[in-house]
Amino acid sequence: MLKQIEGSQAVAEAIGLCRPEVICAYPITPQTHIVENLGQMVDKGQIDPCEYINVESEFAAMSVAIGASAAGARAYTATASQGLLFMAEAVYNASGLGLPIVMTIGNRAIGAPINIWNDHQDSLSMRDAGWIQLYAETNQEAVDLHIQAFRLAEELSVPVMVCVDGFILTHAYERVDIPEQAQVDAYLPPFSPRQMLDPANPVTIGAMVGPEAFMEVRYLAHYQQMQALGLIPELAEEFQQQFGRDSGGLVKPYRSADADTIVVALGSVNGTIKDVVDEMREQGVSIGSLSICTYRPFPRKAVRSALQHAKRIVVVEKSLAVGIGGIVATDVQMAVAGLHKPVHTVIAGLGGRPITRDSLRKLFHKADQGHLAHLQFLDLKHALVHEEIARMEGQRHSGPSAENILRGMGTIASQIR
Amino acid sequence: METTIKFYQTDTFTVGNRLLSEAERSVQAGMQRTNALNSGHRACQGCGEALGARFAVDAAMRATNNQLVACNATGCLEVFSTPYPESSWQLPWLHSLFGNAAAVATGVAAAMKVKGKQHIRVLAQGGDGGTTDIGFGCLSGMFERNDDVLYICYDNEAYMNTGVQRSSATPPAARTATTMPVGQHANGNVFGKGKSVPLIAMAHEIPYVATASVADLRDLEAKVTKAMSIHGARYIHIHVPCPLGWGADPAHTIKLARLAIESGLFPVFEAEHGEITGHRAIRAQVPVEDYLKLQKRFAHLFRAPKQVDVIAHLQAMADRNIRRFKLLEKFTSPTGGAAA
Repeated sequence: MLKQIEGSQAVAEAIGLCRPEVICAYPITPQTHIVENLGQMVDKGQIDPCEYINVESEFAAMSVAIGASAAGARAYTATASQGLLFMAEAVYNASGLGLPIVMTIGNRAIGAPINIWNDHQDSLSMRDAGWIQLYAETNQEAVDLHIQAFRLAEELSVPVMVCVDGFILTHAYERVDIPEQAQVDAYLPPFSPRQMLDPANPVTIGAMVGPEAFMEVRYLAHYQQMQALGLIPELAEEFQQQFGRDSGGLVKPYRSADADTIVVALGSVNGTIKDVVDEMREQGVSIGSLSICTYRPFPRKAVRSALQHAKRIVVVEKSLAVGIGGIVATDVQMAVAGLHKPVHTVIAGLGGRPITRDSLRKLFHKADQGHLAHLQFLDLKHALVHEEIARMEGQRHSGPSAENILRGMGTIASQIR
Repeated sequence: METTIKFYQTDTFTVGNRLLSEAERSVQAGMQRTNALNSGHRACQGCGEALGARFAVDAAMRATNNQLVACNATGCLEVFSTPYPESSWQLPWLHSLFGNAAAVATGVAAAMKVKGKQHIRVLAQGGDGGTTDIGFGCLSGMFERNDDVLYICYDNEAYMNTGVQRSSATPPAARTATTMPVGQHANGNVFGKGKSVPLIAMAHEIPYVATASVADLRDLEAKVTKAMSIHGARYIHIHVPCPLGWGADPAHTIKLARLAIESGLFPVFEAEHGEITGHRAIRAQVPVEDYLKLQKRFAHLFRAPKQVDVIAHLQAMADRNIRRFKLLEKFTSPTGGAAA
């Protein structure tokens, strides 16, 4: 059914259709509306049977989900930013135990300085945690990915994170087609694990594993996740047949087949990128884009195949590996290794800095002319950072720089052009 | 019972089960005991935790007709019982992390409820580090939500699994690897710190809180049995001597646990909905010195010059417990625990 609906509510409705049996709720912006909506749905009996548990922290949220999933219940939680880091130990544990938990990440920056707005630092910090990571481009895709996520998680016994850009998607009202319950039921069978905590068949789960077998356990975790590279396109295909929508999959190329410049990105910024690609195509620039929907496991072959005819690759990413540069770009570079193509890293949109069409247009023209640096920061206020760098060089002394930056701006931090 | 039975009392207060009627015999004395923590595990000789866990889990198994799931925090109990691919556990058992046993148990209980299998009960267990320190947040959350979980803390008063470091359950003056009696800490762990999780549990006003000890295994069994007859959040704090960490003779495990009770250092009581409802009385108070002298972790107090003031401070703590919990007053045993 078509609805004009907030992203968070759309995600909540999708989760409800997946018949979760245990939902762990802890508030953190910008994910909060999702669990609020789910709470109301459980109270109204729209999700039934379901245990909705208000936990005391994100660490507890994931821990409750671990217990519930190990006992055979379909478990769900949502978080963002600091919350994801606070639960990090349990995030690794859930995948190590092979528990098919599904979690929404309302992507948000990591502090300090504290910042509630969107970037991808949170989920990318968990890229090696053994979870499958899917990135939604639109709210419609966010809805569809969650339905696919439970199926994927439960078939592979691997937990799945569905990453939805905070505010940009979670708080945006747009038209979303919410599937019917019967459709979802036909696509997603009830959760039926091959092993669970059951007095009729007592098993020990979570035993200590020493050097004699730990490598093998980790190898199998990798093997299981790599199976997703085959299963994700299959599930997306089946989804398209049943729901009539092309959602999910590994990667989505856009006008890139013959493009000299291909822009690579995760999540909602692909919408803006595609608009700019269209504009520039009209002006005769040979440019296209590639949206990476499945970031873990990393679809190396699909990325390589989509990029192999490009002359240059521009990775626009909302994350920063301090001390080296890009996170996504490093993986893209690996995918095109040996093809001798320049891969430019553009760090953009950190802490919610708007990524405008204007800025992208200038950036892509620069790339087209072959003038783009290896690593650059989109719309960085150079005067401001140079002032602070000069100050730091004047006196080597420890201390934060955020306050100086704010003073240097002479106005509120949230000024947006 | 109609006939009067004369109990033969041994040094450990064990009572000859053969003299009791079937109904009054301990769980461990019964042929039907489950040995939920089976033999062959790697616990040290004289391990109080292994003993306490075996009695506690078997009692919970009997009380639930073996419909029980256990969630374990990281720690000695987890490590010595499950060296992959072996396991001592004869019940469904899940270990997740050090600090989340209470929350994991909440999740299991929620799953059982949603699946309509509420007859399957949930036990969470951990050591004092996993309970009073790193797992405290999750424990308090589980209490406050009144989740249907019995949490058992096996308190051996330090992080024994990692090599005897101080926890918030380590008593004052004790030597641990991080409170060595040197320099400004010449008397070991400082006074005035640490916490009583049983009292904090009571502040949550949960249905049932009890302390117990491996010195009184009948009382321990009775308390676990009682706890399993109640729904909601329940907490039992069991004092379990650690020969390795305490520097004690493995043969002294029960004796030390008994001296801790009889000196007043470890009060044995129970509470319901935040009110103390009973305690295990001390028949004759023993000086704390009797307890301290048997343990190398307190040896620095007895080297010349003897730390008389420190020992007096510990004695004052024991005396306060006796006043506070009325331990010398008439014996009350609402659970029908042992001793006469």
